[in-house]
Amino acid sequence: MILVRRRAGGSPTGPARASRARNTEFSAGDKVFQWLAGVAAVIPVAALALIIVIMVVQAIPAIIYSGLTFFTSTTFSIGHLYATTLTTHNGVSAPQDASYGALVFIVGTLATSVIAICLAVPISVGGVLMLSEWIPERLQGFLSTFVDLLAGIPSVVFGLWGITIFGPFAAAHIYPTISHLGRFIPFLKGPVGFGEGLLTASLVLALMVIPIVASTTRELVKRVPVLAKEGALALGMTRYETVRVVTIPYIRSGIIAATLLGWGRALGETIAVLLIVGDLTLLPHSIFASTSTIAATIASTLDSAFTDYTHMALSALAELGVLLLVISLATNLAGRLIVRRVSTDALPVGRGI
Amino acid sequence: MESKRHPARHARGIIFWVLCGIALVIVVLPSAAIIIGVVAKAIPVLRVTLLTTTTRSGALGLQNAIIGTLTLGIGVLIVAGPIGILSGLYIAEFAPKRFGGVLRFFSEVLAGVPSIVIGYVGYLTLVVRLHWGFSLLGGILALSVLIIPYIIKITEVSFAQVPRSLREAAMAVGLTRLTTIRKVLLPPALPGIVSGLVLALAISTGETAPLLFTAGFTDANPSGPMNPVGYLTYVTYTDVSLPSAGAQALASASAAVTILLILFLILGGRLITARSRRMVARLDV
Repeated sequence: MILVRRRAGGSPTGPARASRARNTEFSAGDKVFQWLAGVAAVIPVAALALIIVIMVVQAIPAIIYSGLTFFTSTTFSIGHLYATTLTTHNGVSAPQDASYGALVFIVGTLATSVIAICLAVPISVGGVLMLSEWIPERLQGFLSTFVDLLAGIPSVVFGLWGITIFGPFAAAHIYPTISHLGRFIPFLKGPVGFGEGLLTASLVLALMVIPIVASTTRELVKRVPVLAKEGALALGMTRYETVRVVTIPYIRSGIIAATLLGWGRALGETIAVLLIVGDLTLLPHSIFASTSTIAATIASTLDSAFTDYTHMALSALAELGVLLLVISLATNLAGRLIVRRVSTDALPVGRGI
Repeated sequence: MESKRHPARHARGIIFWVLCGIALVIVVLPSAAIIIGVVAKAIPVLRVTLLTTTTRSGALGLQNAIIGTLTLGIGVLIVAGPIGILSGLYIAEFAPKRFGGVLRFFSEVLAGVPSIVIGYVGYLTLVVRLHWGFSLLGGILALSVLIIPYIIKITEVSFAQVPRSLREAAMAVGLTRLTTIRKVLLPPALPGIVSGLVLALAISTGETAPLLFTAGFTDANPSGPMNPVGYLTYVTYTDVSLPSAGAQALASASAAVTILLILFLILGGRLITARSRRMVARLDV
């Protein structure tokens, strides 16, 4: 479901704001209430600040310990917790042989989310164009209910479905065909396994992103000026050409924004990916291989990290968290800036529904 | 005639629309496939004992998880509801335009924080630093941080939808701000806010990542705010990785119950939203 943002100018908020500014009749009760509401309004800002500060402060020891190897090393190990000696790097001590390289997770996160986005965006846009151009009005609402439902399915259910139903099915019937293409594209070659791994995770992520992109596209398509479309048809263009020349340019920046927001969701998705991707600290040698992502690693390692008495493992996970936070907030902000610039009203808020 | 003169144009169109048709199928089908697939897997084990026994016995029981999920949901409504509604109200009605924009921006940024990061921070602060251990309250707080941005957004939108004519009328008869909000703006905005709360409940029912390291898990029914609590998504998450047939069955059953709960909530939210739209449409003069 889309939450519609009203913007100033032409929307109910604009004039109403202006008129209420002149209303200076405040009673004592008003002031107390306004103060209370103001305090409540600051709480989310404080929570955000707290989250960022705690993550960064917690990550500092690991940042010093790992330095640049954080980005270049493929070994992520919390070390021998029961060894008597410590390993020291840059003046910071960690359990023996501890190494906090995040390259595998960075690659895994980018690979799963980029594949998911590359599939989800064209499918969502194409599907919505089909829906709005050819499907009768009454059926449109019915069909889009299914998309809303998709947004409501919890990530753990996506995980369960992906690993027990969809993965095995795809590994038996779809992946062998893709694997044959490996003769031309090396990355597609390899044992297809039993449905775990990078590709299944990406496909399920794509399904999780589709509602975000599709519902935004649907709102955007509704706003395309009818006159322009009729003009294109009157010039003798086919319906496809009308869509290409009128509709797509009109909705393009909105789709880019929705893509970025959907990407943010795919980057931060934890449970579904953790269940499906295989959770192995290995660079994927093929598209079917097991690997891991930043979010999945935080979830799967936090328990054992707590047993590290030097607290370096927790710190390393915080460093991963900071990296994830930076990437997903950057995509999120970029998406919202574009939304603001093109002043599109439709805007999904982060996690589905 | 046209098509004979420009066969290439029409061929391109046909290819494009066939691809779009396939895309539409891919967009529409999965939700039904997932719901039917998971529920069908669970049907053989959907029994009344799910409601009457806990996960403790190793038998098919979800009582503690169902009660736990509902308790978490109610807790989130109690904590996130007032904060979210008051913030949304403040942004919509009180805040100076620039300041309101800043608050809205940060609330949107908070919505973009990955849920596992919220879980990590909750773990570090509540479980470790404050020595709460795993607790119902910790789970509620972590979920609330996740949910508040939604409630803010939907409250703001609900107040913004109230027709301007009503505000002007209230101003004309000299109502104070508080009375205007309570008597004039709140009634038409309320259904929207309630549907937002219902959606928030749906989201919190389906979340796992922020709860894993704050709420913990227990086979007993919820026994207090500072004790660990069981919840449905945890059962699915852990049991799906276990090899035994019993665990697999329980994973499917709890996934099916989660889905049915969420479907019920989404449906409820939709009904309320539809009602509120009709109501606002009637008010606009």
